Amino acid sequence: MPPDSPLIAPPVPDSQTAPAPGLLELFVAFAKMSLAGFGGVLVFARRAIVDDYRWMTADEFNETFALCHFLPGPNTVNLSVVFGARIRGVAGSVAAFTGLLAPPFVIVTALAMIYSRYGDLPVLRRILDGVSCAAVGLLLAVALRMMLPLLKRRDPLALVALVAVFVAVGVLRWPLPQVLLVAVPASIAAVWLGRSRTSP
Amino acid sequence: MIFAGLLLSLALTFGWLSLFAVGGAAAAIPEIHRIAVDLNHWMTNTQFSDAYAISQLSPGPNVLIVSLVGYKVAGLVGALVATVAMCGPTAVVAYSVSRILQSAGSSPWPAIIQKALVPVSIGLMAASGLVVAATADRTVTGAGVTIVAALVAFATRLNPLWLLVAGGCLGFAGLI
Repeated sequence: MPPDSPLIAPPVPDSQTAPAPGLLELFVAFAKMSLAGFGGVLVFARRAIVDDYRWMTADEFNETFALCHFLPGPNTVNLSVVFGARIRGVAGSVAAFTGLLAPPFVIVTALAMIYSRYGDLPVLRRILDGVSCAAVGLLLAVALRMMLPLLKRRDPLALVALVAVFVAVGVLRWPLPQVLLVAVPASIAAVWLGRSRTSP
Repeated sequence: MIFAGLLLSLALTFGWLSLFAVGGAAAAIPEIHRIAVDLNHWMTNTQFSDAYAISQLSPGPNVLIVSLVGYKVAGLVGALVATVAMCGPTAVVAYSVSRILQSAGSSPWPAIIQKALVPVSIGLMAASGLVVAATADRTVTGAGVTIVAALVAFATRLNPLWLLVAGGCLGFAGLI
């Protein structure tokens, strides 16, 4: 890519990873993984960053994603920002962020225009109803997949937190900020107490 | 300036919400639904489940459902404002935190917080599933399609797009 790219070395020099990409390359790479990503971009991001471009090792990727998952906000958007920053500072963040969001934004607003015009047509109504039902299934599958390791560990406090949040937000429909202001500190306290109980 | 008021309301709503989107956009769906349907009456239940379906049908991060809500409220500009509000503030937070952590060395707190947030975000995901199921699954066959799609997506590595297409075909055939 641009001849200036090897001038700034990546923060963690690693013989297994490729040289750091330039801004345009970052933008194009994130645009590509975003446009490939149906039902979430994470899988495609991992494949591109770790396997195809070799910009990060699998461990570095997991570590970066773990950080992005615990920060608030859309996970893959956070990932693009953190990854871009590690490679090329603020400019890298902006390149990866816009690459990830701009192309699918154009597509989704185009779909929105079509929907606002033809959304009431019976044929489109029927199709969308069918897609909705399947889309709900996808969401349930993701939740189930994430739940599995927690069920296997049989951590009672974690399960209590899970069920409490589910009931408060999903069944009682309480506002999210208030629920989190109670649930997050409580869960942190539970983990912290559990840790000091097992460690000494 | 009703339009400017709507844009401001979109910006504030999603900017504020994004800071509580623990576990990503999919976990924020109950709150987005509460705000867009119950609180502000920006859209109906059906329009919300349609927006969710369209956001899944298009490639890209799941957060783009807020673009659709924004579009419904204030057109193209609304879509842009909602998207930037939902992604911008947390992007700045993510950038700052990653910089701080790079220089902070090894504190145990990131790991503790991370572990504590896992059950919270899974609870939110499950709540999302319930909320969209309540809006989308209006018939018994619809619920059946949801369950089958969930099982297939859980058990196989099939590209989710095919399940959405299959759902669309069943709907087109008038079976749902």
